[in-house]
Amino acid sequence: MTVQKTERPPSGPTEVQTSDGGPRPGGPRRSAGRLTGVTPYLLLAPAIIVTLLLLGWPLVNNGILSFQNLNMRQFILHLTEWNGFDNYKEVLTGEDFWRVTGRSVAFTAVNVVLIMVLGTLVGLLLARLGRKMRTFLLVGLVLAWAMPVVAASTVYQWLFAQRFGVVNWVLAKIGFESMADHDWLATQASTFFVVLLLIVWMSIPFVAINLYAATTTIPKELYEAASLDGAGAWKQFTQVTMPYLRPFLYATTFLEIIWVFKAFVQVFTINEGGPDRLTEILPVYAYIEGMGNQHFGMGAAIALLTIVILLAITSFYLRIVLKQEEDEL
Amino acid sequence: MKRSLMGRLWPNLVAVVIFIFCVFPVYWMFATAFKPTGDIIAEDPVWFPTNATFEHFKTAVDADHFWTMAGNSLIVTLLAVVFSLIIGVTAAFALARMRFKGRRGFIIGFMLAQMAPWEVMVIAIYIIVRDADMLNSLIPLTLFYMVMILPFTLLTLRGFVAAVPKELEESAMVDGCTRMQAFRRVILPLLAPGLMSTSLFGFITAWNEFPLVLVLNKEAESKTLPVWLSSFQTQFGDDWGATMAAASLFAVPILILFVFLQRRAVSGLTDGAVKG
Repeated sequence: MTVQKTERPPSGPTEVQTSDGGPRPGGPRRSAGRLTGVTPYLLLAPAIIVTLLLLGWPLVNNGILSFQNLNMRQFILHLTEWNGFDNYKEVLTGEDFWRVTGRSVAFTAVNVVLIMVLGTLVGLLLARLGRKMRTFLLVGLVLAWAMPVVAASTVYQWLFAQRFGVVNWVLAKIGFESMADHDWLATQASTFFVVLLLIVWMSIPFVAINLYAATTTIPKELYEAASLDGAGAWKQFTQVTMPYLRPFLYATTFLEIIWVFKAFVQVFTINEGGPDRLTEILPVYAYIEGMGNQHFGMGAAIALLTIVILLAITSFYLRIVLKQEEDEL
Repeated sequence: MKRSLMGRLWPNLVAVVIFIFCVFPVYWMFATAFKPTGDIIAEDPVWFPTNATFEHFKTAVDADHFWTMAGNSLIVTLLAVVFSLIIGVTAAFALARMRFKGRRGFIIGFMLAQMAPWEVMVIAIYIIVRDADMLNSLIPLTLFYMVMILPFTLLTLRGFVAAVPKELEESAMVDGCTRMQAFRRVILPLLAPGLMSTSLFGFITAWNEFPLVLVLNKEAESKTLPVWLSSFQTQFGDDWGATMAAASLFAVPILILFVFLQRRAVSGLTDGAVKG
């Protein structure tokens, strides 16, 4: 419990401890909310134990595996062959890892920027619409949001199918005749385009609906005060709306970065990282190296590096959140 | 005059365009699932399934092991949700209502657990489960799904518990209830909506989970619907009618569940995820 140094001292009367953690007769106000002893730890124990066991152990195990030479042979014979930092050396000196890392970061950046910009615009639009139209659009957003990811990626494969896919038909009709039989999954760029569209499509509703919900909490007085001060529509937007929404924008951007960076399912189900492994992002790369090519130790090393990169990318925001949490408690 | 009409019109027009962008893939899934094969492979798309047929749904349901995998999905998902609710609600109560050393540390710990990179841990999990001789079993899946949804359940429920006025609990205790009785008889019933919406989100997460089951359960008898759907598509290749019917069958429970989601839970998603 070393993190407790800054725990705010309890206000009000000093705590009254009872052996069973129950309330003292005649003093319910005092005991409620400030019960001590082992009870809270007992209540938390199951959650902590299962989390440490089922989340902590795979993390530790991943670290251990990453220092082993674990391929098909060792796997079948249950051999443990330590090879020190060899996996890391091989990964970090190879070209593939850096190429995939660069691709992952760019992929995440493009997706998150699109999701945040479009999602925010749709959220602000929701706030502008009349009640009926807003409900109508909300229904549409919720439908896209609710689509399970594997089902959604199957549908996108059908939309972009080479033959009879509706996208190719529309493109051919509006003048791009060469697109009539286009194979979207044949090149890196167009495969990424399909994945990108899928991710943006399924992510916009979350940002838009949350942002709209946040705008409804902006006090009207702020706008009144701003217009009294002579602020025009744009000024009101930049001086009132945006500052008020900033925490929501930070929070959702942070979540989207994490989600998109780990977007294994979308990339894998659309084309398994193909063509020619050109659309592999880090989680898919770790999976294909580790499980697919049965270089389990290598895969574990890539996985660990992926986690480190993810932490590095999000550390800025994590610091804000942790600090904010300290202030609030 | 004309200008202000346009000024009022354009947001609505944009809204319609966005609505179509959002809904069309979902619509196209259902529409294709109901269209006879002849309409699906027509030179020009048939926009409405006027000659609706159930043949594709029959193909999907008759496909090998559909019912086994649907059953697996349901069992694993429900058990994971129930376990995480039981474990989560007690922990949420402690975190929302009690002061003790380490409280903030636990909250931050669960916030970090919420961001766990499950997608990249599949290799480590695979080796652990293999060594425990539990590949192709539903037990590890249930356990891992439980832990996957636990942080969200716990942190969101903590918000719901905190929203219940302390006075209710206190007056129950004045009336002679112990703290645990007060919790069970007074707070728990008030938490019903919170339990409802958190469990729905848990259900959706577990129902959708793909990477773990893909790696751990290779035998048909132990797979769940997400892998069924992805392998169905490979197996049926260009039979888009059957594939879209399969996708519809998989998506419908979630689409229905989403309708029941409380608005509170939707905003709880960000609160629970980043604010604790």
